[in-house]
Amino acid sequence: MSWKAIDRNQPVVEKDAAPVLSDAVRDKIRSFFPRYETKRAVLLPALHIVQNTLGYISWQAMTEIAEVLEIHPSDVMNTTSFYTHFWTHPKGEKVLTVCRSISCEAMGGAKMLDTIKKELGIDEHGTTKDGRYSLVTEECLAGCDHAPCLLINEKMHKCVKAEDIPALLVDVDNDKLSMERSDLFDPPSEEKGKQAASVGQDSAIGATSDVSEMREAE
Amino acid sequence: MASFEPVLLRNRGVEGSTTLKVYESRGGYQAVRKALKQTPDEIVAEVKKANLRGRGGAGFPAGVKWGFLPKDRKKTLLCVNGDESEPPTFCNRVLMENDPHQLIEGTIIAAYAVQAQTVYIYLRGEFHEQFHILQKAVDQAYAAGYLGKKVFGSDFSIEMYLHRGAGAYVCGEETGLIESLEGKRGWPRIKPPFPAIEGAFRLPTVVNNVETLSCVPHIIERGADWFTGIGPAHSAGPKLFCVSGPVKNPGCYEGAMDFTVRDLIEREDLGGGMMDGKHIKAVFPGGCSMGVLSADELDMKLDFDDPRNFGLLGLGTAAAVVIPHDMDMRIVLRNMARFYGTESCGQCTQCREGTAWMHKIATRIAADAGRPEDLDILLETARNMGMMPGLSICGLPDGATFPIETIVKKFRSELDESILAQPRGRAEDLLKVLN
Ligand SMILES: Cc1cc2nc3c(=O)[nH]c(=O)nc-3n(C[C@H](O)[C@H](O)[C@H](O)COP(=O)(O)O)c2cc1C
Ligand code: SF4
Ligand code: FES
Repeated sequence: MSWKAIDRNQPVVEKDAAPVLSDAVRDKIRSFFPRYETKRAVLLPALHIVQNTLGYISWQAMTEIAEVLEIHPSDVMNTTSFYTHFWTHPKGEKVLTVCRSISCEAMGGAKMLDTIKKELGIDEHGTTKDGRYSLVTEECLAGCDHAPCLLINEKMHKCVKAEDIPALLVDVDNDKLSMERSDLFDPPSEEKGKQAASVGQDSAIGATSDVSEMREAE
Repeated sequence: MASFEPVLLRNRGVEGSTTLKVYESRGGYQAVRKALKQTPDEIVAEVKKANLRGRGGAGFPAGVKWGFLPKDRKKTLLCVNGDESEPPTFCNRVLMENDPHQLIEGTIIAAYAVQAQTVYIYLRGEFHEQFHILQKAVDQAYAAGYLGKKVFGSDFSIEMYLHRGAGAYVCGEETGLIESLEGKRGWPRIKPPFPAIEGAFRLPTVVNNVETLSCVPHIIERGADWFTGIGPAHSAGPKLFCVSGPVKNPGCYEGAMDFTVRDLIEREDLGGGMMDGKHIKAVFPGGCSMGVLSADELDMKLDFDDPRNFGLLGLGTAAAVVIPHDMDMRIVLRNMARFYGTESCGQCTQCREGTAWMHKIATRIAADAGRPEDLDILLETARNMGMMPGLSICGLPDGATFPIETIVKKFRSELDESILAQPRGRAEDLLKVLN
């Protein structure tokens, strides 16, 4: 069986590569400086901004963030790797976050998760081949009164039953917020969805997760 | 029982409750005007007198905490703890979604009381919708001159920023929050120094929970005596309670701290009883970290003191989840152990290793491969980590100890029976593979 793998021979940061952060992104990061006592404190906002723009935070992006904040790249990597929200490799256009904590488990969350896995043919941390969806689980999303809960990008779906899943996944507006957005942070934009999708089709990095990669290798 | 006249939730369900206009039309932003005419010390004294105990979990009196700030400080910071990650708690979410201006008003008053000119509201990363609602409200307050330079025409200036987290329970711990605010891993700090002396950016910092601060405008408006008149003396004031799991009306309710867990689940104006065909097996009444009650212990009062009489850590977040009769306690045990195992930040040896062991053992028990001695190993591990025996930096492992210990102790016979009923030899076989 042929199987795809991440190219592990290529260095993750190429010295002469063109910058991945545009001037606009750098300016947006800098616009947070007056809020804090130090530049380093802008790191979390910066990581959100970069992930919203590029879809994920590559090693190259981390070194460029370090440049803007005038800190060491290692500090950026250190912080990035601590938080589960940040992706260091391409993800799907929409991230499905299923709650796995106690109220949701008591109300059928595990069955909902299994249905998603089956429908999309991916495991946790996986991304579909077409780059549309990535799947993760998280602890309590503070929506326990509406258990079981499912976040699709920024949108919270409440009392999601296993049988609702197929219809929900084909709904193109399943990530649209009902309230007015603040423009302080951009939505995870369409752009990168397409980018992840194209990665999924013709390069080696798409449609993979450590779990499915191992399975395919077997 | 007479129904409670809502205070914190009085605007919930009112159309446009998140807008400045509606909030003001219902008497909003009057308390802060009143506060700004008093001295900061008078506000601190009033909040002290009200005995407003922190709603974030520890129950420490807010006024007393504010009093710890050094007198000769130059710059002070106020952090609002909106990390709300304790399963199954969602009352801060309800407050921010329905009444963001109440939080903003309480925060301005608290900032004035402690003379903080910069406020950070730390929101957990998963609060996307809540972020947009709250940021819009902050924008409106700026536009109205309620935030920014010389607010309400006084000499007091205040900047308010929302800071978004990115998925880590431990960032709700106040010094973890501070580290995260500084752009670092959310690794709690060794105390002392306490944040009031040296907090974010090494400046004196006050950290308070969303619900705590939402109480402040009402204390200023109606006075400390009104506040202490609600509920028992040691647990004064209005309080939010959450109930979830298979009850008829899961949700967030407000009341005095004068009713029992049974009331919260069964009363018509609260949980409304269990769903048809479901019975109560167990209840985590104060967030998972406080521990579990068996179905015989539902007469526990939901106040700051009574939970200790039932072997629990405290009132916690007053968020109850009901475990139904048909849910396997091994699954519950695994769910709890997994939570702390994955959320430990890993700085302290006992917490990192202990929660990981408990997760591993509980997973094995749930996979039909437990050994009778595993339950005692869980108890032994639980007893040997945490802040209470003085072994760790923060309270996360204490929060892990209580659910694990109370599940094992209170549901021992069920767990023992499940282990005895396993296919013979399965535990030994699996252990050979795993170890
Ligand atoms: C592991 C851990 C997680 C915590 N999470 C939260 C939280 O999500 N929200 C919160 O308000 N307090 C949380 N706390 C309590 C805070 O450390 C702190 O006591 C609280 O924010 C103080 O506010 P209060 O005095 O107004 O309650 C947590 C504590 C620990 C040990
Ligand atoms: S007790 Fe646990 S969570 Fe708290 S600082 Fe230590 S390792 Fe981290
Ligand atoms: S347990 Fe799932 S949202 Fe709280």
